Amino acid sequence: MTSAIVASELRKAYKDKVVLDGIDFEVRAGTVFSLLGPNGAGKTTTVNVLTTLMRADGGTVRVAGHDIATEAKAVRAAIGVTGQFAAVDELLTGQENLQLMADLNRAVTGNGERIVAELLERFELTAAAGKPASTYSGGMRRKLDLAMTLVGKPQIIFLDEPTTGLDPRSRRTMWSIVQDLVADGVTVFLTTQYLEEADQLADRIAVLDRGRLVAQGTADELKRQIPGTHVRLRFTTAAELDEAARAFPEATRDDEALALRVPGDGGTKSLRALLDRLDEHSLNAEECSVHTPDLDDVFLALTGHTTEADQK
Amino acid sequence: MKSHSLVMLRRNFKHLTRNPTSVFNAVLMPIIIMLMFVYMFGDAFDVGVDYIDYATPGLILLAVCYGLGGTATAVNSDMTKGIINRFKVMDVSRGAVLTGHVVASVLTNVIAIAALVGVAYLLGFSPAASLTDWLGVAGVVVLLAVAAGWFTVALGLSAKSPETAGMAAVPLVMLPFFSSAIVPAEKMGPGLRQFAEYQPFTPIIETMRGLLNGAPDTTDAVVAAAWCVAIALVGYLWARSTFTKRA
Repeated sequence: MTSAIVASELRKAYKDKVVLDGIDFEVRAGTVFSLLGPNGAGKTTTVNVLTTLMRADGGTVRVAGHDIATEAKAVRAAIGVTGQFAAVDELLTGQENLQLMADLNRAVTGNGERIVAELLERFELTAAAGKPASTYSGGMRRKLDLAMTLVGKPQIIFLDEPTTGLDPRSRRTMWSIVQDLVADGVTVFLTTQYLEEADQLADRIAVLDRGRLVAQGTADELKRQIPGTHVRLRFTTAAELDEAARAFPEATRDDEALALRVPGDGGTKSLRALLDRLDEHSLNAEECSVHTPDLDDVFLALTGHTTEADQK
Repeated sequence: MKSHSLVMLRRNFKHLTRNPTSVFNAVLMPIIIMLMFVYMFGDAFDVGVDYIDYATPGLILLAVCYGLGGTATAVNSDMTKGIINRFKVMDVSRGAVLTGHVVASVLTNVIAIAALVGVAYLLGFSPAASLTDWLGVAGVVVLLAVAAGWFTVALGLSAKSPETAGMAAVPLVMLPFFSSAIVPAEKMGPGLRQFAEYQPFTPIIETMRGLLNGAPDTTDAVVAAAWCVAIALVGYLWARSTFTKRA
Protein backbone atom coordinates (compact mmCIF):
# COMPACT_ATOMS: atom_id res chain seq x y z
CA MET A 1 0.00 0.00 0.00
CA THR A 2 1.25 3.49 -0.77
CA SER A 3 1.40 6.47 1.54
CA ALA A 4 -1.05 9.34 1.10
CA ILE A 5 0.70 11.62 3.59
CA VAL A 6 4.20 11.42 5.02
CA ALA A 7 5.30 14.02 7.54
CA SER A 8 8.69 14.13 9.16
CA GLU A 9 10.11 16.48 11.76
CA LEU A 10 7.27 18.92 11.17
CA ARG A 11 7.76 22.15 13.09
CA LYS A 12 5.74 25.32 13.41
CA ALA A 13 5.93 28.23 15.83
CA TYR A 14 3.99 31.49 16.11
CA LYS A 15 6.62 34.01 17.09
CA ASP A 16 8.18 32.34 20.15
CA LYS A 17 5.30 29.99 20.90
CA VAL A 18 6.08 26.50 19.62
CA VAL A 19 2.92 24.86 18.30
CA LEU A 20 4.33 21.81 16.52
CA ASP A 21 7.54 20.51 17.96
CA GLY A 22 8.80 18.03 15.37
CA ILE A 23 6.05 15.56 14.58
CA ASP A 24 6.33 12.48 12.36
CA PHE A 25 3.59 10.33 10.95
CA GLU A 26 2.51 8.43 7.91
CA VAL A 27 -0.99 7.96 6.52
CA ARG A 28 -1.58 5.02 4.21
CA ALA A 29 -3.74 5.57 1.15
CA GLY A 30 -7.36 4.54 1.61
CA THR A 31 -7.31 4.63 5.42
CA VAL A 32 -8.57 6.98 8.12
CA PHE A 33 -5.91 8.65 10.24
CA SER A 34 -7.03 10.52 13.31
CA LEU A 35 -5.13 13.19 15.15
CA LEU A 36 -6.50 13.16 18.68
CA GLY A 37 -5.90 15.94 21.15
CA PRO A 38 -7.46 18.61 23.35
CA ASN A 39 -8.00 22.24 22.38
CA GLY A 40 -4.72 24.02 21.77
CA ALA A 41 -2.74 20.85 21.11
CA GLY A 42 -1.89 21.98 17.56
CA LYS A 43 -4.46 20.00 15.55
CA THR A 44 -5.73 22.87 13.41
CA THR A 45 -2.19 24.12 12.83
CA THR A 46 -1.26 20.66 11.56
CA VAL A 47 -4.21 20.70 9.15
CA ASN A 48 -3.35 24.22 8.00
CA VAL A 49 0.24 23.23 7.28
CA LEU A 50 -0.67 19.97 5.53
CA THR A 51 -3.22 21.74 3.34
CA THR A 52 -0.75 24.47 2.24
CA LEU A 53 -2.58 27.26 4.11
CA MET A 54 0.45 27.81 6.32
CA ARG A 55 4.13 27.28 5.80
CA ALA A 56 5.97 24.95 8.14
CA ASP A 57 9.06 26.29 9.88
CA GLY A 58 10.86 23.00 9.51
CA GLY A 59 10.52 19.40 8.37
CA THR A 60 9.11 17.93 5.20
CA VAL A 61 5.65 16.78 4.25
CA ARG A 62 4.54 14.96 1.14
CA VAL A 63 0.83 14.86 0.39
CA ALA A 64 -0.30 12.59 -2.47
CA GLY A 65 3.37 12.29 -3.37
CA HIS A 66 3.94 16.03 -3.69
CA ASP A 67 6.03 18.24 -1.46
CA ILE A 68 3.78 20.79 0.29
CA ALA A 69 6.43 23.51 0.12
CA THR A 70 7.51 23.25 -3.50
CA GLU A 71 4.50 21.62 -5.19
CA ALA A 72 1.61 23.34 -3.42
CA LYS A 73 -0.52 23.46 -6.57
CA ALA A 74 -0.30 19.73 -7.14
CA VAL A 75 -1.14 19.14 -3.47
CA ARG A 76 -4.19 21.39 -3.69
CA ALA A 77 -5.41 19.55 -6.78
CA ALA A 78 -5.40 16.27 -4.84
CA ILE A 79 -7.00 17.34 -1.57
CA GLY A 80 -10.28 18.55 -0.13
CA VAL A 81 -10.53 20.38 3.17
CA THR A 82 -13.40 20.87 5.58
CA GLY A 83 -12.35 23.30 8.27
CA GLN A 84 -13.35 23.48 11.89
CA PHE A 85 -16.22 25.90 11.24
CA ALA A 86 -18.60 25.18 8.41
CA ALA A 87 -17.26 27.39 5.64
CA VAL A 88 -20.46 27.84 3.67
CA ASP A 89 -21.64 31.02 2.06
CA GLU A 90 -24.68 31.90 4.14
CA LEU A 91 -26.20 34.26 1.63
CA LEU A 92 -26.23 31.62 -1.09
CA THR A 93 -28.52 28.60 -1.22
CA GLY A 94 -27.19 25.08 -0.73
CA GLN A 95 -27.37 24.47 -4.45
CA GLU A 96 -25.58 27.75 -5.22
CA ASN A 97 -22.84 26.94 -2.73
CA LEU A 98 -22.18 23.66 -4.48
CA GLN A 99 -22.44 25.24 -7.92
CA LEU A 100 -19.89 27.86 -6.83
CA MET A 101 -17.47 25.08 -5.94
CA ALA A 102 -18.11 23.37 -9.27
CA ASP A 103 -17.49 26.62 -11.16
CA LEU A 104 -14.24 27.24 -9.30
CA ASN A 105 -12.91 23.70 -9.31
CA ARG A 106 -10.35 23.04 -11.98
CA ALA A 107 -11.13 19.33 -11.91
CA VAL A 108 -14.80 19.86 -12.86
CA THR A 109 -15.35 20.18 -16.57
CA GLY A 110 -18.78 20.60 -18.05
CA ASN A 111 -20.64 18.19 -15.77
CA GLY A 112 -20.91 20.57 -12.81
CA GLU A 113 -24.69 20.54 -12.62
CA ARG A 114 -24.87 16.77 -12.50
CA ILE A 115 -22.23 16.63 -9.76
CA VAL A 116 -24.16 19.22 -7.74
CA ALA A 117 -27.43 17.29 -8.08
CA GLU A 118 -25.74 14.03 -7.07
CA LEU A 119 -24.15 15.54 -3.99
CA LEU A 120 -27.43 17.16 -2.89
CA GLU A 121 -29.09 13.77 -3.25
CA ARG A 122 -26.33 11.88 -1.46
CA PHE A 123 -26.31 14.24 1.53
CA GLU A 124 -30.10 14.46 1.71
CA LEU A 125 -30.06 18.17 1.01
CA THR A 126 -32.25 18.13 -2.10
CA ALA A 127 -35.33 19.45 -0.28
CA ALA A 128 -33.36 22.35 1.23
CA ALA A 129 -31.30 23.00 -1.92
CA GLY A 130 -33.17 26.21 -2.77
CA LYS A 131 -32.99 27.72 0.71
CA PRO A 132 -30.19 30.03 1.87
CA ALA A 133 -27.52 28.25 3.90
CA SER A 134 -28.14 30.70 6.77
CA THR A 135 -31.40 28.84 7.46
CA TYR A 136 -29.67 25.43 7.78
CA SER A 137 -29.21 23.61 11.08
CA GLY A 138 -25.68 22.89 12.35
CA GLY A 139 -25.80 19.34 11.05
CA MET A 140 -27.02 20.43 7.61
CA ARG A 141 -24.29 23.04 7.38
CA ARG A 142 -21.63 20.47 8.12
CA LYS A 143 -23.11 18.19 5.50
CA LEU A 144 -23.19 21.00 2.95
CA ASP A 145 -19.63 21.92 3.89
CA LEU A 146 -18.46 18.36 3.34
CA ALA A 147 -20.43 18.10 0.08
CA MET A 148 -18.65 21.27 -1.11
CA THR A 149 -15.32 19.64 -0.28
CA LEU A 150 -16.23 16.60 -2.38
CA VAL A 151 -17.15 18.51 -5.56
CA GLY A 152 -13.75 17.93 -7.19
CA LYS A 153 -13.58 14.26 -6.09
CA PRO A 154 -10.39 14.71 -4.04
CA GLN A 155 -8.27 11.63 -3.22
CA ILE A 156 -7.37 12.90 0.24
CA ILE A 157 -9.79 14.67 2.56
CA PHE A 158 -8.93 16.66 5.66
CA LEU A 159 -11.63 17.03 8.28
CA ASP A 160 -10.86 19.36 11.17
CA GLU A 161 -13.10 18.43 14.10
CA PRO A 162 -16.01 17.51 11.83
CA THR A 163 -18.44 16.74 14.65
CA THR A 164 -17.58 19.32 17.31
CA GLY A 165 -20.79 21.05 18.31
CA LEU A 166 -23.08 18.53 16.60
CA ASP A 167 -25.87 16.66 18.35
CA PRO A 168 -25.39 12.88 18.72
CA ARG A 169 -27.61 12.06 15.74
CA SER A 170 -25.84 14.41 13.35
CA ARG A 171 -22.55 13.05 14.66
CA ARG A 172 -23.57 9.51 13.71
CA THR A 173 -24.64 10.70 10.26
CA MET A 174 -21.23 12.33 9.83
CA TRP A 175 -19.50 9.13 10.89
CA SER A 176 -21.39 7.04 8.38
CA ILE A 177 -20.55 9.58 5.64
CA VAL A 178 -16.85 9.26 6.51
CA GLN A 179 -17.12 5.47 6.45
CA ASP A 180 -18.74 5.63 2.99
CA LEU A 181 -15.92 7.85 1.75
CA VAL A 182 -13.30 5.38 2.88
CA ALA A 183 -15.24 2.55 1.25
CA ASP A 184 -14.84 4.52 -2.00
CA GLY A 185 -11.08 4.50 -1.56
CA VAL A 186 -10.63 8.04 -0.25
CA THR A 187 -7.96 8.76 2.36
CA VAL A 188 -9.25 10.70 5.38
CA PHE A 189 -7.15 12.78 7.77
CA LEU A 190 -9.36 13.67 10.71
CA THR A 191 -8.78 15.66 13.86
CA THR A 192 -10.93 15.18 16.91
CA GLN A 193 -11.20 15.80 20.62
CA TYR A 194 -13.20 12.63 21.14
CA LEU A 195 -11.58 9.27 21.76
CA GLU A 196 -14.87 7.62 20.83
CA GLU A 197 -14.84 9.25 17.41
CA ALA A 198 -11.26 8.24 16.69
CA ASP A 199 -12.10 4.77 17.94
CA GLN A 200 -15.13 4.50 15.62
CA LEU A 201 -13.49 5.81 12.48
CA ALA A 202 -9.74 5.64 12.51
CA ASP A 203 -7.44 2.89 11.33
CA ARG A 204 -4.61 4.68 13.08
CA ILE A 205 -4.66 7.27 15.84
CA ALA A 206 -1.95 9.71 16.82
CA VAL A 207 -2.24 11.54 20.13
CA LEU A 208 -1.06 15.13 20.03
CA ASP A 209 -0.19 16.98 23.21
CA ARG A 210 1.39 20.42 23.31
CA GLY A 211 2.89 20.08 19.85
CA ARG A 212 4.28 16.57 20.25
CA LEU A 213 2.95 13.16 19.28
CA VAL A 214 2.87 11.24 22.53
CA ALA A 215 1.50 8.02 21.09
CA GLN A 216 0.55 6.41 17.79
CA GLY A 217 -1.18 3.19 16.94
CA THR A 218 -4.50 1.49 16.34
CA ALA A 219 -7.33 2.19 18.74
CA ASP A 220 -6.73 -1.14 20.49
CA GLU A 221 -3.01 -0.51 20.85
CA LEU A 222 -3.71 2.86 22.44
CA LYS A 223 -6.33 1.51 24.79
CA ARG A 224 -3.88 -1.05 26.06
CA GLN A 225 -1.65 1.83 27.15
CA ILE A 226 -4.31 3.60 29.13
CA PRO A 227 -6.03 2.69 32.35
CA GLY A 228 -8.87 0.40 31.44
CA THR A 229 -12.42 0.42 32.64
CA HIS A 230 -12.62 0.53 36.40
CA VAL A 231 -15.18 0.66 39.16
CA ARG A 232 -14.93 3.50 41.62
CA LEU A 233 -16.09 2.81 45.17
CA ARG A 234 -16.52 5.64 47.61
CA PHE A 235 -16.60 5.08 51.38
CA THR A 236 -17.70 7.21 54.32
CA THR A 237 -14.74 6.70 56.66
CA ALA A 238 -10.99 6.22 56.36
CA ALA A 239 -11.24 3.01 58.36
CA GLU A 240 -13.63 1.55 55.80
CA LEU A 241 -11.29 2.61 53.00
CA ASP A 242 -8.36 0.89 54.73
CA GLU A 243 -10.36 -2.27 55.10
CA ALA A 244 -11.49 -2.17 51.47
CA ALA A 245 -7.94 -1.55 50.26
CA ARG A 246 -6.92 -4.76 52.01
CA ALA A 247 -9.83 -6.61 50.40
CA PHE A 248 -8.90 -5.36 46.93
CA PRO A 249 -5.11 -5.40 46.75
CA GLU A 250 -5.20 -4.74 42.97
CA ALA A 251 -7.03 -1.45 43.44
CA THR A 252 -5.60 2.07 43.71
CA ARG A 253 -6.84 4.37 46.48
CA ASP A 254 -7.64 8.05 46.63
CA ASP A 255 -7.39 9.03 50.31
CA GLU A 256 -8.73 12.51 49.82
CA ALA A 257 -11.96 11.33 48.17
CA LEU A 258 -12.10 8.16 50.35
CA ALA A 259 -12.38 6.25 47.08
CA LEU A 260 -10.98 3.07 45.63
CA ARG A 261 -10.45 2.37 41.91
CA VAL A 262 -10.91 -1.31 41.16
CA PRO A 263 -9.92 -2.44 37.66
CA GLY A 264 -12.64 -4.35 35.81
CA ASP A 265 -14.39 -4.55 32.48
CA GLY A 266 -17.67 -3.00 33.60
CA GLY A 267 -19.59 -6.16 32.72
CA THR A 268 -22.32 -7.45 35.06
CA LYS A 269 -20.34 -10.60 35.85
CA SER A 270 -17.26 -8.81 37.15
CA LEU A 271 -19.46 -6.27 38.87
CA ARG A 272 -21.31 -9.04 40.72
CA ALA A 273 -17.99 -10.59 41.78
CA LEU A 274 -16.92 -7.22 43.09
CA LEU A 275 -20.11 -6.74 45.08
CA ASP A 276 -19.82 -10.27 46.46
CA ARG A 277 -16.30 -9.51 47.65
CA LEU A 278 -17.58 -6.38 49.41
CA ASP A 279 -20.21 -8.49 51.16
CA GLU A 280 -17.65 -11.10 52.24
CA HIS A 281 -15.77 -8.36 54.06
CA SER A 282 -19.00 -6.79 55.35
CA LEU A 283 -18.13 -3.58 53.61
CA ASN A 284 -20.58 -0.99 52.41
CA ALA A 285 -19.57 1.51 49.74
CA GLU A 286 -21.54 4.71 49.79
CA GLU A 287 -21.24 5.13 46.04
CA CYS A 288 -20.34 2.84 43.19
CA SER A 289 -19.71 3.97 39.62
CA VAL A 290 -18.28 2.42 36.46
CA HIS A 291 -15.74 4.48 34.48
CA THR A 292 -14.75 3.78 30.88
CA PRO A 293 -11.58 5.44 29.63
CA ASP A 294 -12.07 8.79 27.93
CA LEU A 295 -9.69 11.34 26.48
CA ASP A 296 -8.79 12.54 29.97
CA ASP A 297 -7.59 9.08 30.90
CA VAL A 298 -5.62 8.81 27.68
CA PHE A 299 -3.91 12.05 28.47
CA LEU A 300 -3.29 11.15 32.01
CA ALA A 301 -1.61 7.95 30.96
CA LEU A 302 0.30 9.22 27.94
CA THR A 303 1.48 12.63 29.00
CA GLY A 304 2.41 11.80 32.55
CA HIS A 305 0.25 14.58 34.00
CA THR A 306 -1.09 12.28 36.68
CA THR A 307 -3.51 13.09 39.46
CA GLU A 308 -2.63 12.55 43.13
CA ALA A 309 -4.62 9.32 43.23
CA ASP A 310 -2.64 7.86 40.36
CA GLN A 311 0.70 8.68 41.92
CA LYS A 312 -0.02 6.43 44.87
CA MET B 1 -14.35 25.86 -15.89
CA LYS B 2 -15.34 29.49 -16.08
CA SER B 3 -13.13 32.43 -15.34
CA HIS B 4 -12.64 32.66 -11.59
CA SER B 5 -13.04 36.42 -11.60
CA LEU B 6 -16.45 36.19 -13.26
CA VAL B 7 -17.60 33.51 -10.83
CA MET B 8 -16.48 35.64 -7.89
CA LEU B 9 -18.17 38.75 -9.27
CA ARG B 10 -21.41 36.86 -9.68
CA ARG B 11 -21.13 35.71 -6.08
CA ASN B 12 -20.55 39.26 -4.82
CA PHE B 13 -23.48 40.60 -6.85
CA LYS B 14 -25.74 37.92 -5.40
CA HIS B 15 -24.60 39.05 -1.96
CA LEU B 16 -25.59 42.62 -2.76
CA THR B 17 -29.06 41.62 -3.87
CA ARG B 18 -29.59 39.32 -0.87
CA ASN B 19 -28.26 41.62 1.77
CA PRO B 20 -30.21 44.77 0.94
CA THR B 21 -29.60 46.32 4.37
CA SER B 22 -25.97 46.93 3.55
CA VAL B 23 -26.90 48.59 0.25
CA PHE B 24 -29.68 50.53 1.99
CA ASN B 25 -27.21 51.81 4.55
CA ALA B 26 -24.80 52.83 1.85
CA VAL B 27 -27.53 54.58 -0.18
CA LEU B 28 -29.78 56.05 2.50
CA MET B 29 -27.29 57.35 5.06
CA PRO B 30 -25.62 59.87 2.73
CA ILE B 31 -29.06 61.11 1.60
CA ILE B 32 -30.18 61.56 5.21
CA ILE B 33 -26.99 63.45 5.99
CA MET B 34 -27.54 65.59 2.91
CA LEU B 35 -31.09 66.47 4.00
CA MET B 36 -29.86 67.21 7.50
CA PHE B 37 -27.08 69.55 6.43
CA VAL B 38 -28.98 71.27 3.67
CA TYR B 39 -32.21 71.85 5.62
CA MET B 40 -31.00 72.15 9.18
CA PHE B 41 -27.57 73.71 9.00
CA GLY B 42 -27.33 74.95 5.42
CA ASP B 43 -28.49 78.49 6.11
CA ALA B 44 -26.09 78.84 9.01
CA PHE B 45 -23.03 78.26 6.83
CA ASP B 46 -21.87 81.19 4.74
CA VAL B 47 -19.97 79.55 1.91
CA GLY B 48 -20.55 82.20 -0.75
CA VAL B 49 -22.72 79.99 -2.99
CA ASP B 50 -25.92 77.98 -2.60
CA TYR B 51 -25.15 75.46 0.14
CA ILE B 52 -26.41 72.50 -1.90
CA ASP B 53 -23.98 73.43 -4.67
CA TYR B 54 -21.17 73.65 -2.13
CA ALA B 55 -21.99 70.45 -0.23
CA THR B 56 -22.83 67.99 -3.01
CA PRO B 57 -19.20 67.16 -3.98
CA GLY B 58 -18.36 66.58 -0.32
CA LEU B 59 -21.43 64.42 0.14
CA ILE B 60 -20.44 62.37 -2.91
CA LEU B 61 -17.20 61.55 -1.12
CA LEU B 62 -19.10 60.84 2.07
CA ALA B 63 -21.30 58.41 0.12
CA VAL B 64 -18.20 56.48 -0.98
CA CYS B 65 -17.04 56.25 2.63
CA TYR B 66 -20.43 55.07 3.92
CA GLY B 67 -20.35 52.12 1.54
CA LEU B 68 -17.06 50.90 3.00
CA GLY B 69 -18.41 49.55 6.30
CA GLY B 70 -20.37 46.90 4.40
CA THR B 71 -17.34 45.95 2.32
CA ALA B 72 -15.08 45.57 5.36
CA THR B 73 -17.65 43.41 7.13
CA ALA B 74 -18.26 41.23 4.07
CA VAL B 75 -14.55 40.65 3.44
CA ASN B 76 -13.92 39.87 7.08
CA SER B 77 -16.77 37.43 7.29
CA ASP B 78 -15.31 35.57 4.28
CA MET B 79 -11.99 35.47 6.10
CA THR B 80 -13.14 34.50 9.59
CA LYS B 81 -15.76 31.99 8.43
CA GLY B 82 -13.12 30.07 6.52
CA ILE B 83 -14.51 30.78 3.05
CA ILE B 84 -11.28 32.42 1.94
CA ASN B 85 -9.31 29.41 3.23
CA ARG B 86 -11.61 27.20 1.23
CA PHE B 87 -10.88 29.23 -1.90
CA LYS B 88 -7.16 29.19 -1.16
CA VAL B 89 -7.04 25.42 -0.85
CA MET B 90 -8.95 25.17 -4.13
CA ASP B 91 -6.32 27.31 -5.80
CA VAL B 92 -8.78 30.05 -6.71
CA SER B 93 -6.70 33.02 -7.82
CA ARG B 94 -6.43 35.51 -4.98
CA GLY B 95 -6.90 38.27 -7.52
CA ALA B 96 -10.38 36.92 -8.26
CA VAL B 97 -11.50 36.74 -4.62
CA LEU B 98 -10.35 40.24 -3.73
CA THR B 99 -11.27 41.92 -7.00
CA GLY B 100 -14.80 40.58 -6.60
CA HIS B 101 -15.11 42.46 -3.32
CA VAL B 102 -13.57 45.64 -4.72
CA VAL B 103 -15.87 45.65 -7.75
CA ALA B 104 -18.92 45.03 -5.54
CA SER B 105 -17.81 47.90 -3.30
CA VAL B 106 -17.39 50.25 -6.29
CA LEU B 107 -20.79 49.22 -7.62
CA THR B 108 -22.46 49.99 -4.27
CA ASN B 109 -20.74 53.38 -4.30
CA VAL B 110 -21.93 54.17 -7.81
CA ILE B 111 -25.54 53.28 -6.94
CA ALA B 112 -25.38 55.41 -3.77
CA ILE B 113 -23.89 58.39 -5.61
CA ALA B 114 -26.44 58.21 -8.45
CA ALA B 115 -29.24 58.30 -5.85
CA LEU B 116 -27.54 61.12 -3.95
CA VAL B 117 -27.05 63.29 -7.03
CA GLY B 118 -30.69 62.66 -7.96
CA VAL B 119 -31.84 63.92 -4.56
CA ALA B 120 -29.44 66.87 -4.82
CA TYR B 121 -31.17 67.94 -8.05
CA LEU B 122 -34.52 67.78 -6.28
CA LEU B 123 -33.08 70.10 -3.62
CA GLY B 124 -32.06 72.67 -6.23
CA PHE B 125 -28.55 71.52 -7.11
CA SER B 126 -27.52 73.45 -10.22
CA PRO B 127 -23.99 72.63 -11.34
CA ALA B 128 -22.33 74.51 -14.18
CA ALA B 129 -20.59 71.33 -15.34
CA SER B 130 -20.37 70.38 -19.01
CA LEU B 131 -20.55 66.76 -20.16
CA THR B 132 -16.75 66.54 -20.09
CA ASP B 133 -16.72 67.91 -16.54
CA TRP B 134 -19.29 65.29 -15.53
CA LEU B 135 -17.12 62.58 -17.07
CA GLY B 136 -14.28 64.00 -14.99
CA VAL B 137 -16.42 63.72 -11.85
CA ALA B 138 -17.28 60.13 -12.77
CA GLY B 139 -13.58 59.43 -13.23
CA VAL B 140 -12.72 60.86 -9.81
CA VAL B 141 -15.54 58.88 -8.19
CA VAL B 142 -14.41 55.59 -9.71
CA LEU B 143 -10.75 56.24 -8.92
CA LEU B 144 -11.63 57.10 -5.32
CA ALA B 145 -13.99 54.13 -5.00
CA VAL B 146 -11.35 51.71 -6.29
CA ALA B 147 -8.69 53.15 -3.96
CA ALA B 148 -10.97 53.15 -0.92
CA GLY B 149 -12.21 49.70 -1.95
CA TRP B 150 -8.75 48.12 -1.92
CA PHE B 151 -7.86 49.83 1.33
CA THR B 152 -11.07 48.60 2.94
CA VAL B 153 -10.57 45.05 1.66
CA ALA B 154 -7.17 45.10 3.38
CA LEU B 155 -8.76 46.40 6.59
CA GLY B 156 -11.41 43.70 6.40
CA LEU B 157 -8.85 40.94 5.87
CA SER B 158 -6.74 42.08 8.82
CA ALA B 159 -9.53 42.60 11.37
CA LYS B 160 -10.19 39.95 14.02
CA SER B 161 -13.97 39.78 13.58
CA PRO B 162 -16.71 41.26 11.37
CA GLU B 163 -17.58 43.67 14.20
CA THR B 164 -14.05 45.04 14.50
CA ALA B 165 -13.89 45.20 10.71
CA GLY B 166 -16.98 47.43 10.73
CA MET B 167 -15.37 49.56 13.44
CA ALA B 168 -12.11 49.81 11.50
CA ALA B 169 -14.02 51.48 8.67
CA VAL B 170 -15.48 54.15 10.99
CA PRO B 171 -12.49 56.54 10.76
CA LEU B 172 -12.97 56.50 6.99
CA VAL B 173 -16.57 57.58 7.53
CA MET B 174 -15.53 60.33 9.95
CA LEU B 175 -12.63 61.66 7.89
CA PRO B 176 -14.81 63.58 5.39
CA PHE B 177 -16.16 65.74 8.24
CA PHE B 178 -12.61 66.93 8.85
CA SER B 179 -12.16 67.98 5.25
CA SER B 180 -13.70 70.70 3.12
CA ALA B 181 -16.75 68.45 2.53
CA ILE B 182 -19.23 70.25 4.80
CA VAL B 183 -17.58 73.61 5.48
CA PRO B 184 -14.53 75.25 3.87
CA ALA B 185 -11.26 74.46 5.61
CA GLU B 186 -10.45 78.13 6.16
CA LYS B 187 -13.47 78.39 8.49
CA MET B 188 -12.04 75.80 10.87
CA GLY B 189 -9.94 76.43 13.97
CA PRO B 190 -6.14 76.27 13.87
CA GLY B 191 -4.74 72.75 13.80
CA LEU B 192 -7.94 71.31 12.42
CA ARG B 193 -7.66 73.70 9.48
CA GLN B 194 -4.19 72.49 8.55
CA PHE B 195 -5.33 68.90 8.94
CA ALA B 196 -8.34 69.55 6.70
CA GLU B 197 -6.21 71.27 4.09
CA TYR B 198 -3.63 68.54 3.83
CA GLN B 199 -5.68 65.37 4.27
CA PRO B 200 -6.31 63.38 1.07
CA PHE B 201 -10.06 63.96 0.89
CA THR B 202 -9.82 67.74 0.54
CA PRO B 203 -8.05 67.80 -2.86
CA ILE B 204 -10.40 65.05 -4.07
CA ILE B 205 -13.45 67.10 -3.04
CA GLU B 206 -11.98 70.31 -4.42
CA THR B 207 -11.35 68.54 -7.74
CA MET B 208 -15.00 67.49 -7.95
CA ARG B 209 -16.14 70.93 -6.81
CA GLY B 210 -14.08 72.57 -9.55
CA LEU B 211 -15.43 70.19 -12.17
CA LEU B 212 -19.04 70.74 -11.07
CA ASN B 213 -18.51 74.52 -11.17
CA GLY B 214 -17.21 74.15 -14.71
CA ALA B 215 -13.79 75.42 -13.59
CA PRO B 216 -11.57 72.43 -12.81
CA ASP B 217 -8.31 73.10 -10.93
CA THR B 218 -5.38 71.13 -12.37
CA THR B 219 -3.26 71.22 -9.20
CA ASP B 220 -6.10 69.78 -7.11
CA ALA B 221 -6.72 67.13 -9.73
CA VAL B 222 -3.07 66.02 -9.80
CA VAL B 223 -2.84 65.88 -5.99
CA ALA B 224 -6.17 64.04 -5.82
CA ALA B 225 -5.09 61.47 -8.41
CA ALA B 226 -1.77 60.98 -6.63
CA TRP B 227 -3.53 60.36 -3.30
CA CYS B 228 -5.95 57.87 -4.89
CA VAL B 229 -3.18 55.94 -6.61
CA ALA B 230 -1.15 55.87 -3.39
CA ILE B 231 -4.09 54.66 -1.28
CA ALA B 232 -5.01 52.05 -3.88
CA LEU B 233 -1.43 50.78 -4.01
CA VAL B 234 -1.03 50.56 -0.25
CA GLY B 235 -4.42 48.86 0.06
CA TYR B 236 -3.67 46.43 -2.76
CA LEU B 237 -0.26 45.38 -1.43
CA TRP B 238 -1.53 45.14 2.13
CA ALA B 239 -4.54 43.07 1.04
CA ARG B 240 -2.39 40.69 -1.04
CA SER B 241 0.10 40.08 1.72
CA THR B 242 -2.61 39.55 4.35
CA PHE B 243 -4.48 37.23 2.02
CA THR B 244 -1.35 35.14 1.51
CA LYS B 245 -0.25 35.09 5.13
CA ARG B 246 -3.41 34.74 7.16
CA ALA B 247 -4.84 31.24 7.49
